Amino acid sequence: MIEIRDVRKSYGDTAVVQGVNLTLPRGGVTAIIGPNGAGKSTLLTMIGRLLPMSGGQILVDGIDVAHAASHALARRLSILRQDNHIAARLTVRDLVAFGRYPHSHGRLTREDGVHVARALDFLGLTHLADRFLDELSGGQRQRAHVAMVVCQDTDYILLDEPLNNLDMKHAVGMMQLMRRMADDLGKTIVVVLHDINFASCYADHIVAMRDGRVIREGAPAAIMTADAMRAIYDIDMHIEKIGGDRIGVFYRQPARD
Amino acid sequence: MTRTAAALAVFILLAVASLFAGVSDLTPGAVLAGDPAAINLLLTSRAPRTIAVVLAGGSVAIAGLIMQMLARNRFAEPSTSGTVDAASLGMLCATLLLPDMPVIVKMMVAAAFALAGAGLFMGVLARIPLSSPLVTPLVGLMLGNVIGAATSFIAYRYDLLQSLAAWSNGDFSTILRGRYELLWVAFALAALAWFTADRLTVAGLGRDFSVNLGLNYRRVLLFGLSIVAMVTAMVVTTVGMIPFLGLVAPNLASLALGDNMRRAIPLTALLGAGLALACDLLGRLVNYPFEIPIGTMMGVIGSMLFLYLLLGKRFRAG
Repeated sequence: MIEIRDVRKSYGDTAVVQGVNLTLPRGGVTAIIGPNGAGKSTLLTMIGRLLPMSGGQILVDGIDVAHAASHALARRLSILRQDNHIAARLTVRDLVAFGRYPHSHGRLTREDGVHVARALDFLGLTHLADRFLDELSGGQRQRAHVAMVVCQDTDYILLDEPLNNLDMKHAVGMMQLMRRMADDLGKTIVVVLHDINFASCYADHIVAMRDGRVIREGAPAAIMTADAMRAIYDIDMHIEKIGGDRIGVFYRQPARD
Repeated sequence: MTRTAAALAVFILLAVASLFAGVSDLTPGAVLAGDPAAINLLLTSRAPRTIAVVLAGGSVAIAGLIMQMLARNRFAEPSTSGTVDAASLGMLCATLLLPDMPVIVKMMVAAAFALAGAGLFMGVLARIPLSSPLVTPLVGLMLGNVIGAATSFIAYRYDLLQSLAAWSNGDFSTILRGRYELLWVAFALAALAWFTADRLTVAGLGRDFSVNLGLNYRRVLLFGLSIVAMVTAMVVTTVGMIPFLGLVAPNLASLALGDNMRRAIPLTALLGAGLALACDLLGRLVNYPFEIPIGTMMGVIGSMLFLYLLLGKRFRAG
């Protein structure tokens, strides 16, 4: 369980996250949605202790992320930010193996080897394992980053816009992967998403943010309403039920003055 | 593996050639026959020089590799990050203010300055947008030139320009037994990086990856920069700066094996030592019986190698 208590973040006079209170249950996929600048990534980055909070407290399974030993936390929680640029020339296998660092500190055991092989297989990267990262396409590289996080084998996995750089096929693949991690491996996934329909189809729980606050929260069925969408994104959305999923259609907006 | 074996064979060949090249006639036959003059020459001059070249070349190459990982940039090395210039300034200050202190103390002052220079470089990098991979070395070169200008001014005022020139142009011709042993320490420090190779590689993935994996990023950064600073200070004060070596050797090794430091460090050290041996040897032979210092030779050969790497597809992705 992730408990977020009155968490705030501000830069000078600008408050980016203002007083968020939230409890994310263990297990399943939670999607954080909202317009640009809503504070989604900032909140996620604070949960992953990559960014200090201006105020408040975040507990992961009762552990205060701001004060816990970082190396101990690295065995419970992993976070992948967007736009990761790795200058070092590493093979896919090297990168994925570094996911075992919190467990092995560089001395890979046979068990670590099993984890690496499983993560490579899980992301369909086995045939690319010995290629260097700078020889891969953007989508393959993104999958390699996720494979490292999978290999880290933490209970909680935080992903910041993992669909960036991915085409439709690979975006669907990434969402299916999150479902499998949650359903088959019992992981808790918290993911920042821009595509509202992916959130609707794949998430168990949606948290909607706007202007640094959580303004809606609930199951996809509760969030995927024209009302809620107007409140979150300030656009008119037509919600269509297709094959059991709620799909928002918003590509044409009435002309405004 | 065969490429590493080939590199090792070439390295041994160069080392043997370095032992027997010089103005005084020294042949393997005379040494094997037990000629006391030949053995004396070997032990007081030729062997120390060859060992010094190998140690300096290897440690400068490893320092370059560490700098490239920590700055996350292919063009970073002690001389493109203000570190060498800061070490020279430190040595100058130590010479002026602590003239009676032993060389090891002056060297520690130089290392402290070098660490401050490297830290300043990393601090500037963290505060500016790195819109292009070329920004990093540009920042380093500018920083180095600013420090260098101050150093030149002080050296000029106190009539120490000659000492400054000795630090800024690598030269092994004055190496004798008893005058290079500090380089063993430099090499030992550089070799220490191998034991922390995984941490340095993780740090090379950036702060976010490091924190996610539970690594104390700042501590590893400080550790790595300290090694770079001490190696730089020791090499600069014993033999002078060797340009391009810290740039070319790690990039060649990376091309062959990638940047996983556990694999890259041994080959980087081997290439660095081999390249230094080749340049030192060429400098002794080109204008025989006179010598061209390694700083000049490496400037020519290193810059050509660097251009080759730059124009190859290696850097295209940035």
